[in-house]
Amino acid sequence: MSKFGLVTKGFLKENPTFVLVLGMCPTLATTTSAMNGLEMGLATMFVLILSNIVISLIAPVVPDKVHIPVYIVVIATFVTLLQLLMQAYTPEVYETLGLFIPLIVVNCIVLGRAEAFASKNSVGDSALDGIGIGLGFTLTLTIIGIVREVLGSGSIFGWKFIAGDGILAFVMAPGAFLVLGYLMVLFNKLAKR
Amino acid sequence: MAAKSNLRNMALSLTLVCLVCSGLLGVVYAMTAEPIRKAEEAKVAASIARVLPESEAQPVQESINVDGVDYTYYRLPGAGYAIISTVGGFGGPLSVMVGISEDGIVVNSVVLSHSETPGLGAKCATDVDFKDQFKGWDPAEKRLVVRKDGGDVDAITASTITSRAYTKAIANAVVVYSKLTENE
Amino acid sequence: MEILLIIVSAIFVNNIVLAQFLGVCPFMGVSNKLSTATGMSGAVCFVITLATVVTYLINKFFLVPLGLTFLQTIAFILVIAALVQMVEIVLKKISPSLYQALGIFLPLITTNCAVLGVAINVVTKEFTFGNAAHMLNLGEATVYALATSLGYGLAMILFAGMREQLSRNNVPEAFKGLPIAFITVGIMAMAFLGFSGIV
Repeated sequence: MSKFGLVTKGFLKENPTFVLVLGMCPTLATTTSAMNGLEMGLATMFVLILSNIVISLIAPVVPDKVHIPVYIVVIATFVTLLQLLMQAYTPEVYETLGLFIPLIVVNCIVLGRAEAFASKNSVGDSALDGIGIGLGFTLTLTIIGIVREVLGSGSIFGWKFIAGDGILAFVMAPGAFLVLGYLMVLFNKLAKR
Repeated sequence: MAAKSNLRNMALSLTLVCLVCSGLLGVVYAMTAEPIRKAEEAKVAASIARVLPESEAQPVQESINVDGVDYTYYRLPGAGYAIISTVGGFGGPLSVMVGISEDGIVVNSVVLSHSETPGLGAKCATDVDFKDQFKGWDPAEKRLVVRKDGGDVDAITASTITSRAYTKAIANAVVVYSKLTENE
Repeated sequence: MEILLIIVSAIFVNNIVLAQFLGVCPFMGVSNKLSTATGMSGAVCFVITLATVVTYLINKFFLVPLGLTFLQTIAFILVIAALVQMVEIVLKKISPSLYQALGIFLPLITTNCAVLGVAINVVTKEFTFGNAAHMLNLGEATVYALATSLGYGLAMILFAGMREQLSRNNVPEAFKGLPIAFITVGIMAMAFLGFSGIV
């Protein structure tokens, strides 16, 4: 696959949410607004790129039987790094995303890419894969966030265009599942063409 | 492609990875400890500034146990006390910082954290009408209970439980305040 | 009384999947057959409860006293990975059929956000079960973990029943499979919203 293909595959061909169906938990929980979705996507991409790079470097020397725990420790390290940096320099975002920052460790996207791609490809390609899937994830989360925010709060990126509240169900639990379901249908229809 | 999976290699690689990672994190932890502490302090200072009148003094953090519950409070000499009061709300703990001036009047209150329903109970953090009624509230003159229960607090429409919880948080803070000042 | 509040709250009011969004991936993946859903619920219940107890103890007696709380994420996930490995070995011995039926989903319990999520929540959040906000002690934490995983099992078994029914009906082509599943969960979540405010 070309370098360009690696970076853009996350949008359609290997969209982590609609095609690979990975990382559902943060997708549902952090998309209450466009900004939250965007922030979560970028946070995940940070971990994804770094862990892909390191894992692609150490994969040749890690014995096969312990590779899962080793990869998990590497991923957990970068997640903790992210936690500390966010706590120090972006405390409001850290509070908004809350539990879901440490949960990036068990986001199947990160371990999945490490297993499926980073352990078998060059450092450069693994970094690009991280960027590609990360961008696709971020874009998807932002779009879901936009839909939920517009319908549920009547605002977009914090800019309100109606007075009062929208259809609150969309910023609560049921809305997350419903929006995801319907967007999946839309995505499948568009991708089929 | 990977190294051989004998016990020595497995133990070695796992231990090595854990040591390197812990070491790296230890370094970053030490580096970020200061900024994290500063960010926390700034957040607390911002809340205190919202609930108490302006003061040049530095708030001092202390703790007191009233009726079996530990309360964290900040003494701001010349301005009053900022007491953090947490009660059970509708969807989870509701944490409010209440500023009480030196003459026992509630200056203002601000929600620190809540799990209330968006559009209903969550209004306790944003609804100006609800929050502002507590500004300048004299507990000796008006009862800190919702009107439904015989008091003087106007509840949020359709959010009685959250309103009751918020009122209770302030009432608890007043009790703590009286305990703090009874020896003065 | 407080125990009852913890249980009702964890199973219905703050259902781990339908309200907290934890454990969604395996929830969608294993629920198309009722038998695998039941088996998975049992395994997850065991892992969540045991993992919460072990991580609680490690946090209390090791991480906090030594000022190593920043290693929480790493320590917790390693404990969980080890526990799941143990469960795999034990299950293979005592119930090989269930082991086969669960297949890839058994090691995947390691990456089930519900397990890590509950473990982290228990040591970082304050809870108000009938009295003032406080951090949970070991007994409360165990009950909470057990009840939470029961809630997970309940949601999964209910959902599996619905999915088996859905598969026998005429679903529009574009909705078949995951989309209609998500929409169904959304409606289930709406139903469970009705429990809020009970505790």
